[in-house]
Amino acid sequence: MNPEKVVFGFFIVLALTLNFGFFVGELDNPDHHHVYELFAVVVVNLMATVLKFGDRSQMGAVLLATSLVAILQLIAATLVWTVAVHITGDGLTPAVTASIVSLSGGAMLANVISVILLIIETVMLRR
Amino acid sequence: MDNIVFLIFRRMRRPLMTLLVVYSVSILVLTLIPGQDADGNVHYMDFFHAIYFVSFMATTIGFGEIPFEFTDAQRLWVTVTMYGGVISWLYAIGTILTLIQDKTFQHALSEKKLSRKIQGMREPFYLVCGYGETGSALVRGLTDFNQHVVVIEIDEDRRNLIRIDNLRDFVPSLHGDAQKPLHLQEAGLEHDMCQAVVAVTNDNDANLKIALTSKLLHPNIKVICRADSHDVEKNMASFGTDYIIDPYDTFAMSLAIAFQVPCLYLLQRWLFSADDQLLLEEPIYPPKNKHWVICGYGRFGKSVYERLKKESLEVVVIEADPATTGEPVEGIIVGRGTEANTLSLANIEKACGLIAGTDNDANNLSIVMTARELNPDLFIIARQNHSDNSSIINAVKADMVMHPSKIIADKIRVLLGHPMLYQFVSLAYYKDNEWACELASRITALVGQNAPKLAEITINESEARAVVDVLSHGESVELEDLLRDPWKRRDCLKCIVLMIEYQNDRVLLPSPQTQIKKGDRLLVCAGSAGFTRFRWNLQHDNVLSYVRKGTVVKHGWLWEKLNKKKK
Repeated sequence: MNPEKVVFGFFIVLALTLNFGFFVGELDNPDHHHVYELFAVVVVNLMATVLKFGDRSQMGAVLLATSLVAILQLIAATLVWTVAVHITGDGLTPAVTASIVSLSGGAMLANVISVILLIIETVMLRR
Repeated sequence: MDNIVFLIFRRMRRPLMTLLVVYSVSILVLTLIPGQDADGNVHYMDFFHAIYFVSFMATTIGFGEIPFEFTDAQRLWVTVTMYGGVISWLYAIGTILTLIQDKTFQHALSEKKLSRKIQGMREPFYLVCGYGETGSALVRGLTDFNQHVVVIEIDEDRRNLIRIDNLRDFVPSLHGDAQKPLHLQEAGLEHDMCQAVVAVTNDNDANLKIALTSKLLHPNIKVICRADSHDVEKNMASFGTDYIIDPYDTFAMSLAIAFQVPCLYLLQRWLFSADDQLLLEEPIYPPKNKHWVICGYGRFGKSVYERLKKESLEVVVIEADPATTGEPVEGIIVGRGTEANTLSLANIEKACGLIAGTDNDANNLSIVMTARELNPDLFIIARQNHSDNSSIINAVKADMVMHPSKIIADKIRVLLGHPMLYQFVSLAYYKDNEWACELASRITALVGQNAPKLAEITINESEARAVVDVLSHGESVELEDLLRDPWKRRDCLKCIVLMIEYQNDRVLLPSPQTQIKKGDRLLVCAGSAGFTRFRWNLQHDNVLSYVRKGTVVKHGWLWEKLNKKKK
């Protein structure tokens, strides 16, 4: 067992599960989507991205790409949140909540691909 | 480039993770600790402010407490996070700094820079493997003649010498094992402009491997190899290595030329020399009336011994360690030759010549000095092993100094630059000494005492357009015509054609009446002015018709019309 692989797999799966946790619920209901959850999703996704740095294989490159997509989507979601709450002062209206959650939904798709790739790589590993 | 980016990312994983963890924990806890607003109400910091606060705190520690003044609970936590933030930043920056100083990283950087430089070469270059005695002499010779060179050397210290050696051209050098195909490729083996690979490392197997790799990866390339043993030579020849150079045989061959055709030996040294200030010396005649003494019976001594035997000279060999070197049929005198009694045993008082041929310069000098005391009239040939010792070897004033590295370097340079000159010398070896002396004096009469310039010229459209034009009209051109002065055709150019090669037919010093054919290759020796005019004769229709017939053909549309009317 390679401890590096354990940590790697752990973060990738955790990124997906947290993302899912944030995503489920009514799309435009702010009560179903907590800010701490979003925070956790962003942090874990960032960690997963850093862990994917420096892998020279083709698989590593695609994994890094999916992570970057997820990060991009999540950052967009947090920016929308910050702008709505602090800058325009509208607060979490159903429209804003919907766009935040759908952005995180996109990130979740990227995370799903990440996990699928991880599974494929594991299955293809024969010894 | 990929290499470097990956290297940085791989190393930065841990510090980046640390930063991430420290930041996220700091932010998270800040949002959880209750604070107070200006009116004393409980206020929880939101993520936006927490991120803002932690970002400027972790990098600077100069801050105010926002959005409201902190409670003591918040201050306690901020104290912890300050240290966490600073330490993790120091860690991240420290890692980057270590990475930049790291040997592997710097090696990757310089290798990248080098291979980009080599890929960008737009002029022909030679790839020299090994920068030892021979390699450095060769690289100096080639760069002095404005050729470009790329060097691979396995020893870092010797590679660094290239920068100190003050060469005329910039020589990209790669630190690596030339036996590995990857290193040869990085050094530009497959580059279109790579003309030849020269393997002059001190390891036979390495040279063999380099030759093989080069022939496989770039079959059209010229491969020149150094080999010390006959087995390896045969192996190299088997896959088409173009030239295989055995330092000891080359050396012995020079010796044979010196014995049989002393003038040619001089001429060869003069023409091969990388030093264009070198003057043609008076010929020296090695004596053959009495016996010769050879000190040292290693690979060098053996080659020389065989050569001297072929000259039917009587030879006495002195060797300190005959158990490992073996001994010739006449037997051997055991000893180093540095002591008077060993030399006396070899009957040095009655000998006519001495070859100090051990692989130790100090011993060679000692042998020469001791032998001189016993017999001041000896003809002395000293072997020089290291170029650093030039001054002391010159001071002992031997009649001939043989420096194998220099001989090989000169030979390779000639093979790369003027392969015809090399063939010329091999053929001239079978001529007699008078022929060579006469040639030497003819050349000095024409081009002066300084070493002459040489060129190989092919009679084809690009190098001799006018001549090809005349030949294609069915007219004939004689060599004599080409050697007339285009200013005044009764005078001769200061130019000698040393050899004409047509397919595999070679003629030395062709007669003036020789008919020039298309595809002839001429080896021309001349002063610089002579060359310019010789090239006019070859390239310009008007000049050629003047030197051939003494008349100038009138060219141009108008002149052609007028000429037709006259007729």
